Amino acid sequence: MTMKKKQTIFMAAVLLLLLAASIAVDAALPSYHIAVKVIEKATVYALVAVSMNLLNGFTGLFSLGQAGFMLLGAYAYGILTIPVAKRESVYQYFDGGAIHFSLPEIFAGFLGEGVGSTVGMLAALLVGGLLAAVFAYLIGLPVLRLKSDYLAIATLGFAEILKAFFQWNALGPLTNGSNLLKSYPAFENATAYVLLAGVLITFIVLLINSTYGRAFKAIRDDEVAAEAMGINLAKHKRMSFVISSFFAGIGGGMLAMYAGTIAAAPFKSTMTYEILLIVVIGGIGSITGSILASFLYIFSSEWLLRGLDSGTFLGINAPGIFKNGFRMAVFSVIIMVIVLFFRKGIMGDKELPDLLNRRPKQRKKGGAVK
Amino acid sequence: MSGTILKVENATMQFGGVVAVDNLNLEVNEGEIVALIGPNGAGKTTAFNVITGVYQPTNGAVWFEEKKIIENHPQGKMKSLYKGQHAGEYTSVLAPTPDQVTKLGMARTFQNIRLWKSQTVFDNVLIAKHCRTHTNFLAAAFRLNHKEEARQREHVEQLLGEVGLSDVKNELATSLPYGKQRRLEIARALATEPKLLLLDEPAAGMNPQETDELTAFIGEIRTKFNLTVFLIEHHMDLVMDISDRIYVLDFGKLIADGTPDEIQNNKRVIDAYLGVAEDA
Repeated sequence: MTMKKKQTIFMAAVLLLLLAASIAVDAALPSYHIAVKVIEKATVYALVAVSMNLLNGFTGLFSLGQAGFMLLGAYAYGILTIPVAKRESVYQYFDGGAIHFSLPEIFAGFLGEGVGSTVGMLAALLVGGLLAAVFAYLIGLPVLRLKSDYLAIATLGFAEILKAFFQWNALGPLTNGSNLLKSYPAFENATAYVLLAGVLITFIVLLINSTYGRAFKAIRDDEVAAEAMGINLAKHKRMSFVISSFFAGIGGGMLAMYAGTIAAAPFKSTMTYEILLIVVIGGIGSITGSILASFLYIFSSEWLLRGLDSGTFLGINAPGIFKNGFRMAVFSVIIMVIVLFFRKGIMGDKELPDLLNRRPKQRKKGGAVK
Repeated sequence: MSGTILKVENATMQFGGVVAVDNLNLEVNEGEIVALIGPNGAGKTTAFNVITGVYQPTNGAVWFEEKKIIENHPQGKMKSLYKGQHAGEYTSVLAPTPDQVTKLGMARTFQNIRLWKSQTVFDNVLIAKHCRTHTNFLAAAFRLNHKEEARQREHVEQLLGEVGLSDVKNELATSLPYGKQRRLEIARALATEPKLLLLDEPAAGMNPQETDELTAFIGEIRTKFNLTVFLIEHHMDLVMDISDRIYVLDFGKLIADGTPDEIQNNKRVIDAYLGVAEDA
């Protein structure tokens, strides 16, 4: 029991430290600085990676639809938050679009400028999450009957269809066709991203440690046994799928904020693979692993290895080798090395606080010999 | 011995052209220990799967506590393929999933152990309690159900004490020795609060000493938890020792039923197990 308390204190300390770090970065650096951008993007990816881990790592459903649900969240956010005055220019090919309100402005009307627009933005994110959840429920009805690879293929297909669908001209008044959505408000500092993602990830952790999370893990470990012990497979798989998609939707909205513009094109399967990569590198079935991996991944791809594309890396100036595309080549090699040396990802299926107690692990070995 | 807890009525299970269980009729009374035996491939596990909702019978019905819980009749292509009896007698379809059957009060173990491998002994039993929780996922995530959770944990502690696994409760389920894994699987089934316990070859792969322990254990939990036990087993010592009645299955058909003494002296049973001499 004391071990558990120690772990809780340790985790709380780590979280506070992270929060303090992001506040410090916000205070010291301008909001366009690469460090701020890395924190923002990494937090968004961490949220989406954790949501994918809930499904793939804890429920054992191999789904590749994450980018599709993020797209829904991103579009919902953009459509609901573009200021009314700017709709004319954003939807220039579609007569100012079909929607003539903006959630942040509505909430600002009766809550005041600052609080109101924040509430409006959060509400738009929530709508994005709910939209993704509704879609997940609907496509889950047929798709969740499939298992392993087949489920992955079906969800991947769904995401691709959605991407094409959102670029359809007939939906232009809503989605602006294949043109960009832009000019919508966004969080102004990294701390806001960290706080929101932190709260949402905490909810996922609480869910995983609850009786429902245990049921998810039972389904992952042995579906037949889970069903025989009274766990309704259809209901629990659907629940995990819908909850995971909800958070992916919110993550999509946050990614839209980070990026500043929304188009359907970037939400392709490559994005899902990126997130899958983060989950695998972090450790399938480890929340802290996913978070750690997404920070490492975004940090190295966006910042550390930047120089490999632009001529100078670690003080070495070799414009002949270090040019566009070289970064990805080096990055791929690094990932291969990581996967070779950490077969189960950086964290395996352990969490960060588990590193505190080494001893029970040895006792376990003794138990096996007995 | 009061009422009938389980009644299988004219159940036939046909896979394509193969009749795995042919017109099975059996009854298990409350408080009894009943065994289902038969040579390999006789259809015993298939019968279990029909009773627990894993398979939908091709024709026939299953009653639990005087209520019809499963019923089916040949449909589609099976209509012309059907080789069993009592065709046309059953007209409605009742097809609960295994989890619904479990919630009614019927729990089972598996022929090849199916524990949740990455979970501890304690969690294996605790997860089985999930089907008896009443909270939704939001309440569960925000710990609004802590009273229920505490009660469940206490119940699991108690259960582990009663089956003698308290000392290993924090071990991984798969690190236990074989005999204890079997015991854990039974404990897990008990956690779903069943009235009827179905054991599929609980002594498979056990040495004589472990088998003796298991025999005593089954008798013990029957009284302690007020259970009815229906089991499949090949260890005849165990079967003859604890069964009140025995059903014998061969090639999907019921060939005998009765007390252990009657079965031991039944000519058809002996023939089924040892084979019949050519010119006998």
